Amino acid sequence: MTTETLDRPGAGQAGAPGGDASQLVLTLTVAGQLCGVPVLAVRDVLGPQTITRIPLAPPEVAGSLNLRGRIVTAVDLRRRLSLPPRPAGERPMSVVVEHQGELYSLLADQVGEVLTLSPAERAANPPTLDASWKEVSLGVHRLGESLLVVLDVECLMRLS
Amino acid sequence: MDDLLADFLIETNEGLQSLDGALLSLERNPGDASVLGEVFRTIHTIKGTCGFLGLPRLERVAHAGENVLGCWREGSLAVTPGGISLILTAVDRIKLIVAGLENAGIEPAGDDGDIIEPLDAAFRGETPQAAPAVEAPSRSPAPVPHPAPSPAPFLGLATAPAPPAASDPAPTPAPVADSVAVVAAAPQTIRVAVDVLEDLMVLVSELVLTRNQLLQLARSASNSPFTVPLQRLSQITSDLQDGVMKTRMQPIGSAWQKLPRLVRDLSNDLGKKIALDMIGETTELDRQVMEFIKDPLTHMVRNSADHGLETPDERRAAGKPETGRITLNAYHQGGHIVLEIGDDGRGLAVGKIREKVLRQGLATEAELAAMSESEIQRFIFRAGFSTAAAVTSVSGRGVGMDVVKTNLERIGGIVELRSREGRGTTFTIKIPLTLAIAAALIVESGGERFAIPQNGVLELVRVGNGDGPKVEMIKSAPVLRLRDRLLPLVPLAPLLQLDGEPGETSFVVVTQVGSQVFGIVVDRVFDTEEIVVKPVAPILRDLTMFSGNTILGDGSVIMILDPNGIARATGLSIDAGRENEAAAKPQRGATVERTALLLFRAGEGAPKAVPLGLIARLEDLPAERIEHAGDKLVVQYRGRLMPLVALSGFASIPTAGSRQAVLVFGDGAHAMGLMVDEILDVMEAPLVIDRGGERPGFLGSAVIAERVTEILDCAYWLRLGGEDWFNQAATAKQALPRILLVEDSAFFRNLVVPALSAAGYNVMGVPHGREALRLREAGEMFDAIISDINMPEMDGFQLVRAIRDGGPWADLPVIALSGRAEPADVEAGRRAGFTDYVAKFDRHALGGSLAQALELRGITAPLDCPV
Repeated sequence: MTTETLDRPGAGQAGAPGGDASQLVLTLTVAGQLCGVPVLAVRDVLGPQTITRIPLAPPEVAGSLNLRGRIVTAVDLRRRLSLPPRPAGERPMSVVVEHQGELYSLLADQVGEVLTLSPAERAANPPTLDASWKEVSLGVHRLGESLLVVLDVECLMRLS
Repeated sequence: MDDLLADFLIETNEGLQSLDGALLSLERNPGDASVLGEVFRTIHTIKGTCGFLGLPRLERVAHAGENVLGCWREGSLAVTPGGISLILTAVDRIKLIVAGLENAGIEPAGDDGDIIEPLDAAFRGETPQAAPAVEAPSRSPAPVPHPAPSPAPFLGLATAPAPPAASDPAPTPAPVADSVAVVAAAPQTIRVAVDVLEDLMVLVSELVLTRNQLLQLARSASNSPFTVPLQRLSQITSDLQDGVMKTRMQPIGSAWQKLPRLVRDLSNDLGKKIALDMIGETTELDRQVMEFIKDPLTHMVRNSADHGLETPDERRAAGKPETGRITLNAYHQGGHIVLEIGDDGRGLAVGKIREKVLRQGLATEAELAAMSESEIQRFIFRAGFSTAAAVTSVSGRGVGMDVVKTNLERIGGIVELRSREGRGTTFTIKIPLTLAIAAALIVESGGERFAIPQNGVLELVRVGNGDGPKVEMIKSAPVLRLRDRLLPLVPLAPLLQLDGEPGETSFVVVTQVGSQVFGIVVDRVFDTEEIVVKPVAPILRDLTMFSGNTILGDGSVIMILDPNGIARATGLSIDAGRENEAAAKPQRGATVERTALLLFRAGEGAPKAVPLGLIARLEDLPAERIEHAGDKLVVQYRGRLMPLVALSGFASIPTAGSRQAVLVFGDGAHAMGLMVDEILDVMEAPLVIDRGGERPGFLGSAVIAERVTEILDCAYWLRLGGEDWFNQAATAKQALPRILLVEDSAFFRNLVVPALSAAGYNVMGVPHGREALRLREAGEMFDAIISDINMPEMDGFQLVRAIRDGGPWADLPVIALSGRAEPADVEAGRRAGFTDYVAKFDRHALGGSLAQALELRGITAPLDCPV
């Protein structure tokens, strides 16, 4: 439960599911649902940013933003996960991930902390899980009262 | 790979690079001992090092080659073209093995007996069987630059095996022929890996952006202590940018290096004699651009050799020197580099292209008739278009020309084509010097900002409700009248599905893509800014409307619009293959792109259409303005009375309060209005008239936009509405000037006759020269003759000669009306006896020319304004 792990310890493939080592995930909230992305996939976490809309882009793409001189394409997780749109006035946080050499920003409502999760505790996706979630979920963890869905960044970037 | 091997590869690649050139120059000049020595040393070094490194395959090939070269050097064998071919093939094999080595770190497996045996045979003094002896094909006047074979003069700074393309900065390409000068001082160059330069360029680009950002901040704060140092920073950044740009520049000669060899091989394969001239090899351009043009260039040279040039027999028969000539020429021209690839071969056969166009249904007969030769030639840029009678293994001209064009357009280049049958073909390519940093216009539409690359922008027009130009609607298609030109408009907001109400005023960014000029309508225009084009993320690559994105001075991200993509998305460049000299001289307006038609509804039945070119204006008149005059309807129009004719046959004043759409024909003082129910659309379509359903007032019907549409016979309606009016027009009660129009295409007769009639001429149309001469025998007399050039039976030139030969018509002004009005054609026309030469469809030019011709004969043209 430390945040300095964002500095990425030289550890191995924590992004790969089912590794022996316990996995570090960054938690984030999308429309009330607690989710997690493997910390090693995360490059940056940003507060609300000015986002330039991209006309004619797929609906999941919210636009692009300037991350210290690099152009980052923003993917709205609410849209990507077929959730209701964000209420007006609320500005999303950016979780910047790298995918095939390009930077993408995942827009989430809130970004939480970094948790250590043991793969042994991970439950498979419940068969009743929404189809659009099933393809991006690596599994579900029980965290006290709530459930945390670990998201697969690679799959998230595969826009339909 | 161990260091030793890496060094060997660098050295070998360097040597191999110069070998082709050296061998070719040896072939031209077999007695040149210094070149021979250089070739020998290179091969010898390769062989020696191979033995040391344990590369048996390479060693054997090099050894066999060295044997032959050794004999040449000693003079025990004569240097023959056949022998050179053998050595060249051996060099190719060495390259192949070296490439394999580079990839895998070990020698690729394979058998080289096929190469070694002929070499050994030659070594033993037998005549080589391979490669038929050919005379020296290449007579390049400029010596091929040869970097010295030994890497010693370089301050070896290579850290990685640099790609060979980057390793040729040597600014002192000493002519090899007089090798005395070669040694001299060590060149002041170092070798740098391309990646390093690329990274440097990226960093400088970022620096430029940051500088712009700082400048923007400084502008908003007055009296900032940062202002002065910032200016200095700005200056340094600009200098740095220039400097780094220069490091990326390469002489175009390095892209040409392979061509002499290519041409030589082609001349062997094709049995043609070809000389390759290269001019302007030192012209520099960005290496990124160079990568883009290498392949198209090779392709075009191949095409020239294979299809452009004739065989020696054919050339002799045509009275040309046996050796065909391919000329490459490169030079700078205002931020662009211009590349010409020319040959003095047979040129493009317009007749063949025309046939093929018709067969493939790419254009109609009528359209072709209106096209100039160069427009027809441009069909070779269409996908899948090839006129090659036989597609050879080398190339099929046309196969791939569309690819060449597309590739060049992708980097903002344009291709032009000049060809004279029997005289040769020249392709001219114009490309920007660099792709890295571009000036762009920042615009706003639907509340979003976009950048438009400035090199496609012709001008900016402010349009609004006040005075000045206005956007007009033809049905739902917005157009802008800009200096007598109807400019199609593309409003950006709806195209990009942006919402937002259009404001009071907007701006039209007049843009050119190929020869297609159109206007992009935006809400606001800001400044221009230097931008660094960055590609969009892969998940957005389907968006064809944008060419990339960038970060502006204020730090925000902005999308860069791609005018090509916009033109494609809106169907404006359906015809991308046919842009042409309209771009070069738009004032002529000689092009007819699939006839532009105005579609409207009037009376009962199918929609009607009329060529847009015939209509002077569209008016929407309030019913109150329409009055009776006798049994006709008239309207006060621009201070005069204009007769109105209803298509439905009986004219009645529309109900009060309503409005009447009117098509106005003619211009200036004399006009006639055609009342229609509703204007539907303007569209460009090939016009194939089916005469089946012919009835008075209509030329027939055509299928336009998948609907049967009746094509208006304008002459009929003008006569119907105009009898009184025409008589009125001839105020002096003198006979109207009589004009004879000789034109084989009924379609064009129907266009020109009404246009001239409306202008107050008495026009008679005949389909060909013989018919015209029959009229002369019959004693008919005219005041002027207008004639087409390309006609069956008797063409325009024959006709004008027959007229000038004597008889009652010998002194008449004869005006040529032709699709091509290039200076050379005009000159040919004048020599044949034409008074003037006018491009088809240039109504103004025709009117002016007629008036001038008649004036010379003391006849006042019926109108002081042009047709």
